[in-house]
Amino acid sequence: MKYIPSVGMEVHAQLLTNSKMFCGCPTHFGESPNTNVCPICLGLPGTLPVPNKRAIEHVIRTSLALNCTIAPTALFYRKNYFYPDLTKGYQISQYGEEHPIGTLGWLEIVVNGERKRIHIRRVHLEEDTGKLFHFVPGESEVDYNRCGMPLMEIVTDFPPDIHSGEEAKEYLVQLRAILTYLGVCDGKMEEGSLRCEPNISVAPEGSDTLGVKTELKNLNSFRSVVRGIDFEAQRQSEVLESGGRIAQETRGWNDEGFSFPMRSKEGEQDYRYFPEPDIVPVVIDEAWIESLRATLPELPLAKWERYQKEFGLSAYDSGVLTADYETARFFEACVTHKADPKSACNWITGELAAKLNADNKRIDQTPFTPAHVADLLSLIQNNTITSRIAKDVFAEAYQNGRMPSEIVQSQGLTQIADETALRSMAQKVIGENPDIVEKLRSGKEGVMGFLVGQVMKESKGRANPQRVQEILREEILT
Amino acid sequence: MELHTLTAHELSRKLRAREISALELTEAVLAHIERVEPAIQAYITPTPELAREQAKQAQARIDQGDPSPLLGIPVALKDNMCTEGVKTTCGSQILHNFVPPYNATVYRKLQEAGAVLVGKTNLDEFAMGSSTENSGFFTSRNPHDTERVPGGSSGGSTAAVAAHETILALGSDTGGSIRQPASFCGVVGMKPTYGRVSRYGLVAYASSLDQIGPITKDVRDCALLMNAISGEDPNDSTCVQLPVPDFTDALVDDVKGMRLGVPKEFFAQGVQPEVVTSVRSAIDKLAAAGAEVMEVSLPTAEYGLPIYYILAPAEASSNLARYDGTRYGLREGFEEGHIRMMEKTRAKGFGNEVLQRVMIGTYALSAGYYDAFYLKAQQARTLLRRDFERAFEQCDALVCPTSPTPAFKIGELADDPLAMKLADVLTIPVNLAGLPGISVPCAPVNGLPVGLQIIAKPFDEATALRVAYAWEQMQG
Ligand SMILES: [Zn+2]
Repeated sequence: MKYIPSVGMEVHAQLLTNSKMFCGCPTHFGESPNTNVCPICLGLPGTLPVPNKRAIEHVIRTSLALNCTIAPTALFYRKNYFYPDLTKGYQISQYGEEHPIGTLGWLEIVVNGERKRIHIRRVHLEEDTGKLFHFVPGESEVDYNRCGMPLMEIVTDFPPDIHSGEEAKEYLVQLRAILTYLGVCDGKMEEGSLRCEPNISVAPEGSDTLGVKTELKNLNSFRSVVRGIDFEAQRQSEVLESGGRIAQETRGWNDEGFSFPMRSKEGEQDYRYFPEPDIVPVVIDEAWIESLRATLPELPLAKWERYQKEFGLSAYDSGVLTADYETARFFEACVTHKADPKSACNWITGELAAKLNADNKRIDQTPFTPAHVADLLSLIQNNTITSRIAKDVFAEAYQNGRMPSEIVQSQGLTQIADETALRSMAQKVIGENPDIVEKLRSGKEGVMGFLVGQVMKESKGRANPQRVQEILREEILT
Repeated sequence: MELHTLTAHELSRKLRAREISALELTEAVLAHIERVEPAIQAYITPTPELAREQAKQAQARIDQGDPSPLLGIPVALKDNMCTEGVKTTCGSQILHNFVPPYNATVYRKLQEAGAVLVGKTNLDEFAMGSSTENSGFFTSRNPHDTERVPGGSSGGSTAAVAAHETILALGSDTGGSIRQPASFCGVVGMKPTYGRVSRYGLVAYASSLDQIGPITKDVRDCALLMNAISGEDPNDSTCVQLPVPDFTDALVDDVKGMRLGVPKEFFAQGVQPEVVTSVRSAIDKLAAAGAEVMEVSLPTAEYGLPIYYILAPAEASSNLARYDGTRYGLREGFEEGHIRMMEKTRAKGFGNEVLQRVMIGTYALSAGYYDAFYLKAQQARTLLRRDFERAFEQCDALVCPTSPTPAFKIGELADDPLAMKLADVLTIPVNLAGLPGISVPCAPVNGLPVGLQIIAKPFDEATALRVAYAWEQMQG
């Protein structure tokens, strides 16, 4: 029997704010344990939470970008449970189905060249917890720096629209792109600022009910999302095929390629939710919503389409350029600087991407700017430099930020336009390689590349290889 | 002349006239504490050294001509308000060693006003009780009869004011915890409108009901203290952004034409006849002075107690979850893992009344019971609030007894928890509706103080103070 997987996505995004959700503590990472804390996020007796307006705005903007309905008031609830990483004995959250800031929206993904709508159930705001560490067996230590960080939860609607690991990944790529475009989250999965916990079930093809679902944790890359979901769907299918039953549980993903049971979900904990009496409901009026709507940038999918239409880029190239807000912005700035869009795209996704990758840097972290791209491309286009030289010039400009035209001028790297000079270099190479020249004469076209290479060497890369080949052909064959 | 027996406004005049110094005043109060504290036991933590230090600073400000009316005036805080560097126990063993690293907003404001902290006063554990008998440490005594309770939960603060162990005090009132002990001890106690005074730094019992307020010897001191502690606070989003009037402007000794409502339900349910007589006679005198007195009805008020005993424990069950032995306070069973540690710490650290309310509250919020208890209580609370709104369409203030009886004997109601809870039956509806209420002494019954309660519209503390002041003046 064929089983069809259904996947619900629960994504937690750490919001980019200067201060925590309910206090003034800074939000940056990597501080010594328990230093970014204050009486409020430590939940000391008598302290009160005051909601961070910026965090609420981030959630409203995200909800708008995801085509959600915005609640007229943001209500907070207490989720009560005991755990040492929780300083108050409850987490302040927006209760499941009641009054999250955003409800019932959607985002579109592209699978097999077709658009598909993934429905969103809710977008809500909550606070993060601290972190427990177990360095010594039998001992636990807790760091509350993360406690009270603003966290946005985005949950897909039910029944699920997603039916494969690949679709789940596309959803996540699209969502991550939107979040980075909005500037509400840095989207770093490996660092945990974007966390994804899918729930997976399988059902026989044609069945109109869904199977028992498991929740998957520890997915910290796009690749592990695809692998984890596909593995889990396969595992469940095999269990059912062999007459077994699926346990409702939370499972962990191991990057070596398997999932394992973490804890049972049967007999769900009672969180005793009730409205947080310490926070007055935050009214979200039309004027506020509209002023935030006005700040929404062009979203990734719209850009993706526009790049293909307006610049004639391929779907793939447009996808690479638009997956990340900074990259798209960089590309558009190149175009503004009058660079040819296609060539700019080739440089950004080729040479520049390779270099950034090797250096583990973001596109906005080097001295090489869109102005440099435009300058370099114009030098190539008007034949001032060869593409061979262009690579050297790029390497230098990338390092020190000097303008390509300046580098070319100061180092005399312009293309040799003087025909006589080129011809005498060709003659020199012909004189030095009689055997090879003979081979060419006898029809072995393959050696031409060697001869051109020799002349290029002679010219220190400044000759136009096209022209060199023509000259060689004239000198040898006529 | 006994300095400690005077009021803040009288003492402020003497300080400014250089008749006395701030340190002299503080020493007088500290000496009196030494004398009577063994019999009264109002304080959990007296702060004599800090008081002397603050008195010296206050004197320096007086010498510079600083006009603050509370400069150099001794004040006591109920021990559920956080004081940086000074132990804040909430009357609980679970916080027996807790020293806050920060100040409650009210204490910061009092420091800015130049008041002098003489100590932290006793209370029923986490403010849950009506007699201080639930304190995790000891029971305070009523200065009018030390065999009797001072009321609660702010019984330490009211006993301290009544016994002249401080000039001013702050209490907190969740269901009557300022007004009921003020009535028992024969002092003035006001619960401001919910949202008038910042709760930041007040250790929470029931967040939607808790409110800090003054406990004083007379109405003028109450107005002065209200001036000092009221107003918005960026640290408390439930504290409203409204301008604060000068409450002393309300002290005009004139009730002519004021419409006073007498809620008939507040004279029925088990109110002792002598208390009714005392309060009725006060109301008659106000009428004779020109107030227009009318009977009104609050039909939902009889549900006040059940509504309160669902909502307050529900909030408390969550508010008290943080006391688990992980970060501060008592810690038991550390070696047995975090779950056992939390269980043992809480079982040992909380007294029976607290445990009972935490369990009731946990139950009321549980899946399957939430709708029947918590939600229904919230709906009933809305109805009760509407009752008051309707009453205030006809009148400017309501007048009634503060508590059905005068102070009872220590241990008298120990086996009758319901009778104990009835001590708050006339004050709880005011908290549920978020209204301001004040208790001022009226004619004693068998030598024991009785309180007249005056309830006003939201943020209209001035009207309650005006009626209270006029009544106080009539007694001469
Ligand atoms: Zn903090």
